[in-house]
Amino acid sequence: MAGYIVRRVLQAIPVLLGTTFLIYFMVFAMPGDPIVALFGDKTPPPQVIEQLRARYHFDQPFIVQYFIFLGNIFRGDLGVAFSGQPVSEILGATFPVTLRLAALAVFFEMVAGISVGLISGLRKGGIFDASALVMSLILISLPIFVVAFVAQFIFGIQLAWFRTTVGSGAPIQDLILPAIVLATISFAQISRLTRASVIDTEGQDFVRTAASKGLPRTRIVPVHILRNSLIPVVTYLAVDFGTLMVGATVTEGIFNVPGVGRTLYQAIIRGEGPTVVAFVTIMVLIYLVVNLLVDLLYAVLDPRIRYAK
Amino acid sequence: MTETVNGTKVQRTSAGGDERPLLEIKDLQVGFTTQDGLVKAVDGINLTLYRGQSLAIVGESGSGKSTTAHAIINLLPGTGHISGGQILLDGQDLTKASKHDMEAIRGRKIGFVPQDPMSNLNPVWSIGFQVEEAIKANGIATGRKEVKKRAIEVLNQAGLADADRRLRQFPHQFSGGMRQRVLIGMGLAADPQLLIADEPTSALDVTVQRVILDHLESLTRELGTTLLFITHDLGLAAERAEQLVVMYKGKVVESGPSAEILQNPQHPYTQRLVAAAPSLASRRIQSSGSIAAAESSMQSDAGHAAGEAIDLIATAEARAEAMEAAATAPPAIIVENLTKVFKIRGSGEFTAVDEVSFEIPKGTTMALVGESGSGKSTVAKMLLKLEDATSGKIVVGGKDLASTSGRELFELRSRMQPVFQDPYGSLNPLRNIGNTISEPLSTHGYGTKATRRNRVFELLDQVSLPRTLISRYPNELSGGQRQRIAIARALALKPEIVVLDEAVSALDVLVQAQILRLLADLQSELGLTYLFITHDLAVVRVIADHVCVMQRGKIVEKATTDEVFDNPREQYTRDLLAAIPGAGIELGA
Repeated sequence: MAGYIVRRVLQAIPVLLGTTFLIYFMVFAMPGDPIVALFGDKTPPPQVIEQLRARYHFDQPFIVQYFIFLGNIFRGDLGVAFSGQPVSEILGATFPVTLRLAALAVFFEMVAGISVGLISGLRKGGIFDASALVMSLILISLPIFVVAFVAQFIFGIQLAWFRTTVGSGAPIQDLILPAIVLATISFAQISRLTRASVIDTEGQDFVRTAASKGLPRTRIVPVHILRNSLIPVVTYLAVDFGTLMVGATVTEGIFNVPGVGRTLYQAIIRGEGPTVVAFVTIMVLIYLVVNLLVDLLYAVLDPRIRYAK
Repeated sequence: MTETVNGTKVQRTSAGGDERPLLEIKDLQVGFTTQDGLVKAVDGINLTLYRGQSLAIVGESGSGKSTTAHAIINLLPGTGHISGGQILLDGQDLTKASKHDMEAIRGRKIGFVPQDPMSNLNPVWSIGFQVEEAIKANGIATGRKEVKKRAIEVLNQAGLADADRRLRQFPHQFSGGMRQRVLIGMGLAADPQLLIADEPTSALDVTVQRVILDHLESLTRELGTTLLFITHDLGLAAERAEQLVVMYKGKVVESGPSAEILQNPQHPYTQRLVAAAPSLASRRIQSSGSIAAAESSMQSDAGHAAGEAIDLIATAEARAEAMEAAATAPPAIIVENLTKVFKIRGSGEFTAVDEVSFEIPKGTTMALVGESGSGKSTVAKMLLKLEDATSGKIVVGGKDLASTSGRELFELRSRMQPVFQDPYGSLNPLRNIGNTISEPLSTHGYGTKATRRNRVFELLDQVSLPRTLISRYPNELSGGQRQRIAIARALALKPEIVVLDEAVSALDVLVQAQILRLLADLQSELGLTYLFITHDLAVVRVIADHVCVMQRGKIVEKATTDEVFDNPREQYTRDLLAAIPGAGIELGA
């Protein structure tokens, strides 16, 4: 197992190098001069521009800029944002918020998706199954910002159950509504996947054997059907994490959540190379770690993986 | 007949006497709801089983025998349901039992041993967990220690040594035979009065099969369990059960004491089954000894079966003649000191094939026999050059296989074709039959589209399939038809050599007999050379001229078929022979 983890970590290195290079290149290729844009309508004196250019290494060729950036990262220095604040400080302030939001969203989509999928699968073709399918289709067809605005309007304004925007410090109760909105993106996929997986497992011979042993249905469903059905769902979760981050960017904007998504969005608009690259690098890193964790979880769920070395 | 404490331990009696039957099935009907309405899988069967007796239901796949078993424990798959009749267990009608009642009956009163040991254990739970939950669910023991003790006891009883150590292991760490022991242990965990064993050993090697069935027999006898045994093998059924029920298309066509049915089958279907079972046919050839005797038994067979019997004895006889003629021809395949070593990560090397040498004379059949893991399929793969040999030489038609490559190998492949075991897995479900058969033709650039189509027709004729199949898809065909298609595909390029890797092992007896007959006919017609790989010695007797018995990668015995059967030298060969079901049965013919 230890060897496996080491191997996976080593595999992550070229992935990180590749993604940072690509992102750095794309930010570099963005049209417009970020330094000039910084001053808006005003025209700053040329020597100020020169100074700023040198400070952010914009006077160097692309490849040199990239290596300076890489070298800094290895020294733990993520650079300084245009606001003068170190990027690592911004990360420290925003990441906990987004992690809380993402964790809540994963929790909601897992609980709702798996329960709905399980019931649909066990009562295939029933009324519940049919309504769940219609619901999922509606949710899949709606873009997330529509879901977000509708939720904000109904639950935030009309019913006033939740606050429409997230307050400072992003307390959990304020994050519930954005998290539910975020969860709707993958809820449909998870419930459909669980349903298919449950139907598949229920037809397996070992389920019949479990019944022939005299086990009651209340034991067969969680122990012999649900656990086996979760294996593909867990795998999906890893892939889904990317979708979640994209969704977070939009949702955080709408609910004014002071998280990574909103900050990243603003940095992109401003063409703030160092901030964008640093944020995305951390996101890629988290994505890789989540995938590794999911693979390890997979081994916990399926002993065949655990021992197949 | 002595009754002990709890009433379940009753000694076996040959007949029930005035006792009430343990299981009585009256006019049972089981249907499946399909788009075309109700399809009856079981159509009014009757069956009586007394305490301590053993009864076998025999029939081919689709005859409704497994459906009957599932109906008894009320675990019919999909849309299946009981549409009429009664199932009385100790007087209680199971068709009217509530869900809750059934849960109490399953495991506690009726134990069930399923067919396929590979798919019947949940892969994500340990063996111990799965046995223990059966014990807990039936209230046999309470408390962790007690339950665990009982689990070990049950597994030991089922013949799994060092069970206490193995409790924490998972199904995939067990061999097929060991898994079947676990399933038998689970079936008997709660000391049920009735044990239903649904083809409990069909997926296992013959020698393992024998050990497990012997064990099951002595165990049920010891515990006084009544046994309902389901199998497609008549020889096996007759050997293992006192009573036989023969099912055909959902109906019981014949029932009675085993010996009686075997010696004097009344219904034409039973007669065909008796004639077609390789286990029985090979016995008959063996006991007859001379051709004259074989002929007389052949005639008596033909008499029974009213011309319908697929006569395996005549087939075997024709083979003997062909072999004499072939004795002078040069060998089609020479294998010398063939060795294959697999490198296993972490634990060094594993020699799968160890210095194997044999020759196959042109136009004859060589059978490579052994249990799974003996290396026989690896030999076939190396012969087809799907796997490279570690050392040794393979000469096919005068050419050394090791030195051929590219163009030459491509051509050689057209002269050497395989047929594999699983007719479901070896045909692409998305290609129709015509495309499947003509694929090797187009690969090797044979003729035009029109001539290829004609060749496909010709091949369909050769394997006795209607020409209309050309536009059909594999899922519309039966297992036997599919295997014929696989054979037609192998013959498409007019090969000289056909490698048959367990080509009939997955088929029902009657179909198996038909395919064996077809193979023999094609051989004499086209002068084919066969390498026939199988674990089933019974089939060998019918088809092969020479036999190589493999054990752990080595050839332990090499002789003509007659020598091997009449005069086996090695203990291992004798074990394999003894494992043919029905060995001890007296036949009427």
